[in-house]
Amino acid sequence: MKVTDKDVAYVAELANLELTEEERAGMLRDLNSILEYVDRLNELDTSHVPPMAQVSDRYGVDEAKPGSARFAYASREDVLEGLRKSLPHQEALANAPDADEDFFRVPKVIER
Amino acid sequence: MDLTSLTIDSARSAVQERKTTALALAEAHYSRIKQEDGQIGAFLTLSKERAREQADRIDRMAAEGKTLPPLGGVPVGVKDVMSTRGVRTTAGSRILENYIPPYDCTAVGRMEAAGAVVLGKMNCDEFAMGSSNENSAYHPVRNPRDLNRVPGGSSGGSAAAVAADMAVVTLGSDTGGSIRQPASFCGVVGLMPTYGRVSRYGLIAFASSLDHIGPLAKTVKDAAIVLRTIAGRDPMDSTSADAPVPDYVAELDKPVRGMKLGVAKEYFGEGLDEEVRQAVEAAIDKLQGLGCEIVTVSLPHTSYAIPTYYLIATAEASANLARYDGVRYSHRARGVKTLSEMYRRSRDEGFGDEVKRRIMLGTYALSAGYYDAYYLKAQKVRTLLTRDFDEAFHKVDAIVTPTSPTAAFRLGEKSNDPLAMYLADIYTVTADLAGIPGISVPCGETKEKLPIGLQILGKHFDEATILRVAHAYEQA
Repeated sequence: MKVTDKDVAYVAELANLELTEEERAGMLRDLNSILEYVDRLNELDTSHVPPMAQVSDRYGVDEAKPGSARFAYASREDVLEGLRKSLPHQEALANAPDADEDFFRVPKVIER
Repeated sequence: MDLTSLTIDSARSAVQERKTTALALAEAHYSRIKQEDGQIGAFLTLSKERAREQADRIDRMAAEGKTLPPLGGVPVGVKDVMSTRGVRTTAGSRILENYIPPYDCTAVGRMEAAGAVVLGKMNCDEFAMGSSNENSAYHPVRNPRDLNRVPGGSSGGSAAAVAADMAVVTLGSDTGGSIRQPASFCGVVGLMPTYGRVSRYGLIAFASSLDHIGPLAKTVKDAAIVLRTIAGRDPMDSTSADAPVPDYVAELDKPVRGMKLGVAKEYFGEGLDEEVRQAVEAAIDKLQGLGCEIVTVSLPHTSYAIPTYYLIATAEASANLARYDGVRYSHRARGVKTLSEMYRRSRDEGFGDEVKRRIMLGTYALSAGYYDAYYLKAQKVRTLLTRDFDEAFHKVDAIVTPTSPTAAFRLGEKSNDPLAMYLADIYTVTADLAGIPGISVPCGETKEKLPIGLQILGKHFDEATILRVAHAYEQA
């Protein structure tokens, strides 16, 4: 067993999930079984292999340039209103579970 | 004329030549949905008002004798992970049950600009996480070929709707096989373009380095028409490539004679169903008969693809799904006293089991002390998997494989074993990880009349070649 009850509780906290007792027990079982399967990756020696975070750098990238200049193809002019206008205030608030005329409303953040 | 058995070109010409109207086409599909979808469950939301407005616009064009755009009047469906302005978009999740996007996904906008009539939003696994469509928070989708079987996933609704003639074409999304595997299970064509070929703007994110939008269609030509419509650079998505978009339709009829097709033994090993193997081998023989040269290639890291995928996809998902906090949109739990309690309870109530499992696995893989062992390790193996393809494509123009190791399985058959479900994607995840395009085209049936899919994988930005091979096979 790689993952313990304590790990499940800690990871749930990191992920902003609470989970019921039953869910935690299921998670313990599933995470251990998946991680055991995933362990086969250690059969491979990757000490000299670079990590690959994305595939989009395979097209249009200018390798001769340093740093973010390599991704010049993806940049655009900095224009006042961006590529589309910001959402009107009311539209931005329309999906909020709780809002007044100006702001999203949430429960108290700091007790005093 | 049967209005619900048309392809893109036949539907468009019928409207153009005034043999029918776009409105009549839309209504015929809505009647078919009313008749069939109660038992299949492919649609989550119907966008009738939006469809009728668009149909009216197309009908006015036709009445005025104007040339209709390529999808003029064609009824389509859109997977419910793509944002549609003013039309509820749930991602198959309770957490977005009442979400009405204020803007359109670029791919949907391009479909409508090309004349398509959006009938509604297609059911899918919650946040596109699943291989059977049983993870939809609303209801599962059933396979139109056999209602006791799954349609595949996560674009199960998109595949089933095309198979049951409830839409001419649909848009789906593919992160680990979610277009190709359901296409294979339902007996339709499913195309995943190269990563970056189609803008992801407005696609509800699952795993950003792996997410792709693509078509599910009745024919390879229809898939080519849709790709031509939605492909190309979009300034709203910085990962969309500024690569020239060829005329995929014009390329379809170019000969395949002399083309080199790779066959990798790693895709024909343990776990492959015998009937699927026979059908795919017969398809390869047929391609050889068309003049293609069959070349043995090796993709030695294939068996490491599933563990690599499930670490990377869940890590990215855990970050992407952090946004569902119950503040600006998405479900909020009632009766909570503090902000942090609100976050936790809203997410507990809003997310389903598989989504929570993946958030937990991804959070674990990214957490201090495990990042190098899991996430970074997976990223390095991703490099090896991509190199496998780079080497193989030095020798061949495309690679042919089964799309899925089995035909459609029964509802409930794998739903209690996450690992068994993950293995349904064993032949599809590799292409997502490498960012290369892939297409699934029907290649026969099992004795139980269940469809089997042939997968054709291509080089980066070379969808034209895999479409051409798929088209030649389909027409032969």
